[in-house]
Amino acid sequence: MLIELRNISKTFDTVQANSGISLVVPPASIQGILGENGAGKSTLMKIFSGFTLPDSGDILLDGERAVIHSPADAIRHGIGMLHQDPLDFPPMRLLDDFLLGREGGLFPDRRGAARAFRELAERFGFVLDPEAWVDSLTVGERQQLEIMRLLWIGSHVLILDEPTTGISLPQKEKLFATLKSLASDGMTILFVSHKLEDVEFLCDSVAILRQGRLVGTAKPPYLTKDLVGMMFGREIAFPERKKSPPGASVLSVNGVSLEGARIRIRGVNIQVRAGEVIGLAGMEGSGQSIFLGACAGLTRPVSGAFCLDERDMTGRSHHDFKREGVAYLPAARLERGLVPGLSLSEHFVLSEKKKGFFIDRRRAKKLSQDRIAAYNIKGEPDSPIESLSGGNQQRMLLALLRDPLSLVLVEHPTRGLDIESTVYIWGKLKERCAGGTSIVFISSDLDEILQYSDRVLVFFAGRVSPPIKAEELSVESLGLLIGGKGWEDFERGEADA
Amino acid sequence: MRDSRGMRAFFQVGGIVFALALTTVVLVASKAPPFAAYLNIALGAFGSWEVFSNVLVSWVPLLLATSGLLLTFTVGLWNIGIEGQITFGAIFATWAMRSLQGGGTDPAFVIMLSILAGALGGILWAMLAGALKTFGGVNEIFGGLGLNFVATAVNLWLIFGPWKRPGIASMSGTVPFDKALWLPTLTAQSRLSPSSIAIAVAGIVLVYVLISGTHFGLRLKAVGRNPRAAYLLGIPTWQYMMTSFAICGAFAGLAGAIQVTAVYHRLIPSISSGYGYLGMMVAMLVNYRAALAAPVALFFAALNVGSIQLPIVLKLDSSLAGVLQGTLVLFVLLAQGAREFFARKGGKR
Repeated sequence: MLIELRNISKTFDTVQANSGISLVVPPASIQGILGENGAGKSTLMKIFSGFTLPDSGDILLDGERAVIHSPADAIRHGIGMLHQDPLDFPPMRLLDDFLLGREGGLFPDRRGAARAFRELAERFGFVLDPEAWVDSLTVGERQQLEIMRLLWIGSHVLILDEPTTGISLPQKEKLFATLKSLASDGMTILFVSHKLEDVEFLCDSVAILRQGRLVGTAKPPYLTKDLVGMMFGREIAFPERKKSPPGASVLSVNGVSLEGARIRIRGVNIQVRAGEVIGLAGMEGSGQSIFLGACAGLTRPVSGAFCLDERDMTGRSHHDFKREGVAYLPAARLERGLVPGLSLSEHFVLSEKKKGFFIDRRRAKKLSQDRIAAYNIKGEPDSPIESLSGGNQQRMLLALLRDPLSLVLVEHPTRGLDIESTVYIWGKLKERCAGGTSIVFISSDLDEILQYSDRVLVFFAGRVSPPIKAEELSVESLGLLIGGKGWEDFERGEADA
Repeated sequence: MRDSRGMRAFFQVGGIVFALALTTVVLVASKAPPFAAYLNIALGAFGSWEVFSNVLVSWVPLLLATSGLLLTFTVGLWNIGIEGQITFGAIFATWAMRSLQGGGTDPAFVIMLSILAGALGGILWAMLAGALKTFGGVNEIFGGLGLNFVATAVNLWLIFGPWKRPGIASMSGTVPFDKALWLPTLTAQSRLSPSSIAIAVAGIVLVYVLISGTHFGLRLKAVGRNPRAAYLLGIPTWQYMMTSFAICGAFAGLAGAIQVTAVYHRLIPSISSGYGYLGMMVAMLVNYRAALAAPVALFFAALNVGSIQLPIVLKLDSSLAGVLQGTLVLFVLLAQGAREFFARKGGKR
């Protein structure tokens, strides 16, 4: 099927997620969609598969305008989407899951379905038992099940959103072989990824998105350097960096291994010194969030130890970490950091040490006014927290921090913020550093990582680099590491050690 | 369209009007004169001091249940097990009475002890549901519902087993306590006791102050609205959930104990009389604001008591009160949903 996307635009509140994207994908080909987090890949695919309506723009299938207003419309047009987290039903048997979404009758034809299931599995060499339960499968096997289901309900177009995250290497090879054979049979495949290696290996053509725009396309043979350049942009600004004096060790991470739902991290070692800033770089879901959470006592390590100021904190709760002067600021500000429905002033009261039984309203108001002024928050003590803009919510999180702190852990400190807020937030964080507080932060903005970190840990698919001095990195070299290239050096280093 | 106070009131009144209209349709459909029915309910509740005192008798346990539930709703939990907590309050109060009566203890002291025992029974039963939720991963709605059945069964077993009347066990309950152990009432005929009114009023005032003016209440709100953020802000979330359950259980237990010591003077099979569920409706209807709980609970109690004489006067079933209460809650909630829908739509364009 020939796909044409014409001038697709979509705005969420103030964020231009897609602006005027046009793309033609010929039948029987694999089209890569490359871009960093927040580049607009997912939005574009959600529009194409009917989950989101565009503000403007048209979708043409085989030259005809297609009306796609819901996922059901997309399925009727033969567009099948394989989500990053497969949309399957864990408490069902594979065969029942397979039957879902198939039209026809009150009583499903289980026997016919079982036959089709076996034929499809055989064709692609998938080893799946139709009577097993979905929740017993690995992520890779769940993908295989979804691909079979999408083919059986008659998809001509397959969209895969970051399909290689969380699956094993053999499963990845099998997936790629399947996709190549499907494409040669006439299927059109859209492959969304931020992994350079995968895209370079698999795709007949690549479209690169950045900040909601289509910034370029490429055909094989690919030049990795060009792809990285287009993905991250070229504007690189290095402000002068003050050398931080090596202080005492605040946090030491010794051989820590962690397990998340889809990712496993092995043997992380780092000593964070007082006043130091550590940047955690990597594509979203590469393990940095779990690691940061573990530094705050939110996740327990499988093995290894966390020490704060020489005190072993392994296995202690977040509130114990908090008492030792650790603060954790989540990226999902309204979902995890703040309490919608409560006012600014109520937040300040909650963040303070409790004094007495009754709330001293007058003191609370005074405190709120002081902090609101000190952190330049645009809001009133009594306004509900959800009425603040993203930048002001982030300022609010900073304003809620107690003193003194030894370590601040921040997820995406400036995501979605304008320049003014970004500069302001970092100014406040740096103020804390000057007072001896260490900062560990996650960012998908390479410039931010290079600009503010003293040292950097790079995460890729659960692998963690040794700490690298920020001045030894450039946007290009960091971009390559994030995309999974150039890791051999570390491994050689590990083998030597 | 802004989500103003006026808009809110408009939709709330709209919901009430719809509920009345639907009930009227039900009345007309069953060939009953609607105005006569409403008038009868009003007269049945407010027509004389005698009937009004019955309204107050019913208001006390309803208000106590609502007060407790306001706390559990604030922390974001559905304490549907409140019926069982009322029953256990009644059982513990009866147990205290039975153990102490005839032992020469000062009657006033016995009554006080048995009311406290009732509160303790409610606390224990509520903590059980809370512990199942916190440590067993059992949703508090399912756990509470199961525990309600268990409480009813225990109650029946006591009435027909160990605590049965000499000779024949009967649905009319256990042997009444000595008259000296009845909670003093206004007059000899009345079942209204000033001290139970005082307990209920003190309860709702306490809850109002807790929720609106204390650190405890603010923390409950924070846990109820966003437990993950509350945890990161340093609030021990499950401890607060358990505490709110315990306090709600104490309120429920008090309600049960008052039914035993002031109203029935014995343990009867359906001792909770549905006040727990009715309390949930009141809490939802007032949108979890403590300030409105007392008048709305009084209105619900008036509907209950006022409809008692419908069968006699109009040959209508007294369940009309339930129809009106149910539709009120449904339509007011529906109106809330509609208001939010329009507010969202208005905000977008």
